[in-house]
Amino acid sequence: MSPQATRQRTPVRRLVSATRWLTTPLLPEDYLGLVNPLWSTAELRGRIEHIHPEAPGTVTITIKPGPDWAGHRPGQWVKIGVDVDGVRHWRTFSLSAPRTSDGRLRLTVKTNPDGVVSRYLAERAEPGEIVRLEQADGEFTLPSPIPDRLLFLTAGSGITPVMAMLRSLTESDALPDTVVVHSARTADDVIFGAELRALAARHPRLTLHVRHTATDGRFKPADLPDVCPDWTTRDAWVCGPADMLDEAEAHWRTADAADRLRVERFRPVLAGAGGEGGRVRFCASDVTVDADGATPLLDAGEKAGALLPSGCRMGICYSCVGRLRSGQVRDLRTGEVHGEEGHLVQTCISAAAGPVEIEL
Amino acid sequence: MTTNVTEHLTPSDYAAIARELDAIRDEISADLGDHDADYIHRIIRWQRGLEIGGRALLMASVLPPAWVAGTATLSVAKILENMEIGHNVMHGQWDWMRDPKIHSTTWEWDNVSPAEQWKHSHNFVHHTFTNVLGMDHDVGYGILRVRAEQPWHPANLPQPVYNALLAMFFEYGVALHDLDLEKIRKGTADPEVTKEKLRQIGRKIRRQWGKDYIAFPLLSGPQFLSTLSANFSANIIRNVWAHMIIFCGHFPGDVDVFEVTEDRLEGESKGEWYVRQLLGSANITGGKLFHIMTGNLSHQIEHHLFPDLPSNRYAEIAPRVRALCEKYDLPYHTGPLAKQVTSTWKKIFRYALPGPKTVPVPPRAPLAKEAVAA
Repeated sequence: MSPQATRQRTPVRRLVSATRWLTTPLLPEDYLGLVNPLWSTAELRGRIEHIHPEAPGTVTITIKPGPDWAGHRPGQWVKIGVDVDGVRHWRTFSLSAPRTSDGRLRLTVKTNPDGVVSRYLAERAEPGEIVRLEQADGEFTLPSPIPDRLLFLTAGSGITPVMAMLRSLTESDALPDTVVVHSARTADDVIFGAELRALAARHPRLTLHVRHTATDGRFKPADLPDVCPDWTTRDAWVCGPADMLDEAEAHWRTADAADRLRVERFRPVLAGAGGEGGRVRFCASDVTVDADGATPLLDAGEKAGALLPSGCRMGICYSCVGRLRSGQVRDLRTGEVHGEEGHLVQTCISAAAGPVEIEL
Repeated sequence: MTTNVTEHLTPSDYAAIARELDAIRDEISADLGDHDADYIHRIIRWQRGLEIGGRALLMASVLPPAWVAGTATLSVAKILENMEIGHNVMHGQWDWMRDPKIHSTTWEWDNVSPAEQWKHSHNFVHHTFTNVLGMDHDVGYGILRVRAEQPWHPANLPQPVYNALLAMFFEYGVALHDLDLEKIRKGTADPEVTKEKLRQIGRKIRRQWGKDYIAFPLLSGPQFLSTLSANFSANIIRNVWAHMIIFCGHFPGDVDVFEVTEDRLEGESKGEWYVRQLLGSANITGGKLFHIMTGNLSHQIEHHLFPDLPSNRYAEIAPRVRALCEKYDLPYHTGPLAKQVTSTWKKIFRYALPGPKTVPVPPRAPLAKEAVAA
């Protein structure tokens, strides 16, 4: 369901729309924003209130969202737009907590050495700054009713959406029999380490296994029976690097338990499968650019000055899709060449395979 | 007159000019960042604050001091909105920020000319064919004779009056601009396209009039008429100012006009394009605030060389362009506002009358291709 569909035509909104006569060609909120930038209906905004170091290279950011924030379910992610060196960048991050009682969001960001946005948020952003948001999304969430027995298998920053679910379950005292198997390089690298241990100590129904991969090696799905013998009968959530997810999917399939498995992919498999590239025309933007076969259409278009929708930049969130008018594209994760007129393609993980026209 | 100032340039000079100006562009583009973003955000905040201030003062428009202060404030807000913000945003100068709220594809300005049509007539027609007779409709706006090369017609006699009217109602002149009056006169315009454009203009005029001449006057209650007159005056002041600055950009003194054919333009090298922009534009000297109030069109030369570089950078580029002109012995047209305005009006008056005779300039031979490739 689109966030717009949930929007109500309240009397206040009617009044605001009448005042458009006074503010044309701008919107009332363009002026109201001078007083409070969060009063915006055309673009959802939030104010950074607090930035808290969580673990080495990881921060938790507390954001006060604008009044249009529709809420979120624990486990979902949010798209956030920040201006870095004057340029708007959008990324998705997992919300690491249920909405707080005072209506704040918390998202936890692990810095990626090449990540423009994650590094900016961890190193340069300051409380008071206004960010752009989109409504929360994602299906890596708890079903209703909550199953009797849960298993969370996570690695690295894959703990963040799971943390939101654990916090929600413990806060509402609805925690069922739950096993958390988490991997991190060392004890210091465990994001939410202290809180996880405290939760496990307080809640006898929560069993926590932490694997330090620097000393004990990677956790393999084959190790599961040792820490959680009944894993095939538990509803499972797996979040971590792509190869771990691939292994998990294969493992659950073999055990004929694939329907109990939910995964959240965080890193794309950019196979870098180079192709011939081609001339790309962004029809709505009226921008044409020659792109090579390894550059995502999104990057090529942005470089040429087109204003394109974007999100996770790793093929997850489908914010960047555009309708193909002609030509074919190469999926940079798989190398597969595909596309027919009218197909929706994800520009962030698709490169031109020959000349392409896209309705963006 | 066209060839005289460029006769001495060799193909390799043109190539070097292109290289040097490209280097300035690359350097500035690479340096864009927070500082520039802060600038445009600050200007936008100021503009909106001034607009609110002006409108608020006019809620007491029946009091003469409030009328004067409100009209002045609103005029400044409208000038800033059209010139330093609207014109430049629609040029794509701020597209690099990827902010959909400050982007050439989404901006609509406080002017009766619809943004979409303006972008075509201005960004494409005027900036591509700058001062090329018969192609750049900004040469005389289709109603004025501003060059000896334009044939005289008795209808040109009252053109100082036309120009005064054009100044006062400049936004309407700009709105009609993209209709291409010349083509309509000759009957070569597609009537469907013209109709659709007129519909767009009509919608835009309704919204603008609804705001300035109905909604705000009504909001001020019994002061309806005094608020209406203030808003009308603010629009006229903005129009006259914009007209003056824009006419100073291409018409004063010995700014060049080009008699070139279309196929000549097609073979034009980057260096020749730069030189044509350079010779076809004129700057106005002044202080920082003056430059902002002109939308930095007081740096018309720099704007024509780099139409999509952010306007706040023109001031730092100007001395470098001027040095380049000296190096290659090219004129750099500039002068104080009074001088440029006088010179522009002199032309309007002079060319209302027939003559003077012009010596047709033989078209230059296309430059050797090696220069283009260099």
